[in-house]
Amino acid sequence: MLSTTEKEAIDHEIGLVPHKRATVIEALKIVQQHRGWISDDSVEEIADYLGISPAEVDSVATFYNLIFRKPVGRHVILLCDSISCYVMGYKSLYAALQHKLQISFGQTCPDDRFTLLPNACLGCCDHAPAMMIDKDLYRDITIEQLDDILKKYA
Amino acid sequence: MMTERPLTRNIYPDRPPMNLKEYEKTGGYAALRKVCSSMDPAALQKLVQDSNLKGRGGAGFSTGMKWSLIPMNDKATHPKYLIANADEMEPGTFKDRLLLEGNPHQLIEGMILAAYAIQADIAYVFLRWAYHEAAALIRKSIQEAYDAGYLGTDILGSGFHLEMYLHTGVGRYMCGEETALLNALEGKRATPRAKPPFPQISGLFGKPTIVNNVETLCCVPHIVNNGAAWFKGLSYSDDGGTKVYGVSGKVKRPGAWELPMGVTMRELIEEHAGGMKPGYELKGVLPGGASTDFLTTQHLDIKMDYKSVAAAGSRLGTGTMIVLDSGTCPVGFVHNLQHFFAQESCGWCTPCREGLPWVEKILLALEKGDGKPEDIELLQMHTQFLGPGNTFCALAPGAMEPLQSALKYFMEDFEKHVEHKKCPYD
Repeated sequence: MLSTTEKEAIDHEIGLVPHKRATVIEALKIVQQHRGWISDDSVEEIADYLGISPAEVDSVATFYNLIFRKPVGRHVILLCDSISCYVMGYKSLYAALQHKLQISFGQTCPDDRFTLLPNACLGCCDHAPAMMIDKDLYRDITIEQLDDILKKYA
Repeated sequence: MMTERPLTRNIYPDRPPMNLKEYEKTGGYAALRKVCSSMDPAALQKLVQDSNLKGRGGAGFSTGMKWSLIPMNDKATHPKYLIANADEMEPGTFKDRLLLEGNPHQLIEGMILAAYAIQADIAYVFLRWAYHEAAALIRKSIQEAYDAGYLGTDILGSGFHLEMYLHTGVGRYMCGEETALLNALEGKRATPRAKPPFPQISGLFGKPTIVNNVETLCCVPHIVNNGAAWFKGLSYSDDGGTKVYGVSGKVKRPGAWELPMGVTMRELIEEHAGGMKPGYELKGVLPGGASTDFLTTQHLDIKMDYKSVAAAGSRLGTGTMIVLDSGTCPVGFVHNLQHFFAQESCGWCTPCREGLPWVEKILLALEKGDGKPEDIELLQMHTQFLGPGNTFCALAPGAMEPLQSALKYFMEDFEKHVEHKKCPYD
């Protein structure tokens, strides 16, 4: 069941568009914000609420890379793997993160602290290499800075 | 001579952007007052057409011309929509971030003016998810504009109404394609739509819609304040205005700068970006983002405007260039680009969905030393198969631009990978 808070937030979005269906992405964002990820049950609950099929909701949920259809850790690391960060050495940062966290792209630490994901261009190519942890952007990163950065996230 | 920088004049890197009051003090919303009191929509459309402003999102289509295709008056169905494309996601591109974070009211005023010109009822900022700081700033600025009477009903007594919303995305490069963006705003998968009908006739929710890039919209208040002739005079070329250019890669001072449209590539790289870092030589340049053809050292003196870059065999694109240096393998560089495009293909049409992963695999094999001589022919063939006219939208043809030009300028590097069965840069 969608919570009252979730429903209220979705209702607000429904009020802004000509038909309910158009709020699928907003509904997914709202539910993910409360639950961390989108489970099969969440897909069905959103579908019920918007009066469309779960398949329709899932077709949207699986299209967008920041809708998580699997559980993620308490913090999500998005490491930019696009061209300017490639030129400026994101690969050595990735190797260092793999070594420190003992996880590769797509994996979550056993204690659920971090999920590590590759990410397309973060739009700060003049400060490459870059990564984002939750909503915090880190730029011009060196391997030496990684420990201090990771320490901030429990 | 001090060159004029209308778009970034009031943007300072270590200071928060201006709030509404501060923006007004620097002449903000004067253009809106002028238009509301003395210009009809047709006059504003004509002014922008006369200024020779071309879309800064990559395609370089005349903005005034784009607006002129929207049905007006009794021919129009309502609501009509105006959308700011702030989904900046072309790898190597970071110019709109500067404008979004640096002066959000400039964008909002530009949007209200554009909406007035096409008589739109509803405006959206379609913002990239990753720009969290910009999201907070735009949300706050939209509210300030409502409170000041620049948004909502009967704006400045003109009888014009406009609602404005912020939509933040959830990823995918495809959302930057204007018809895919419309699908995303309708809550669907961001696949492109067939054209015609063009969005001007049938866009968001089937209603007339204009989608303009952030930088394009930011030019509009300045054109209104200073006139079409002034705007044209800012430029060193036929295309009007200034351009926010950028340089990234192994240069001494990567960054973004607003300069007259048509400065040379040499001036950008050597002067503004400070030249190459010690120990690196310039080997190639993608002049306008990941989906533009390589240019090389022989092109350094070309003007960075739409026509001149096209004449040299590439595209101005977003005007933010990525530098390939002598220490970076061109095959690895292009493999990284094709990995991105293969991953971001929406899967809607077969050549793109199947072809791009194939190209990516061939390039990876070459990098690993598993390449065969016929692989290079296969790559050449794909630049044709995935080129213009064979796919549903411009994603795959764009992906082929850096590949076809890498094969043209750096063939020796491709051949060495096959001959020596390893990457010569490792």
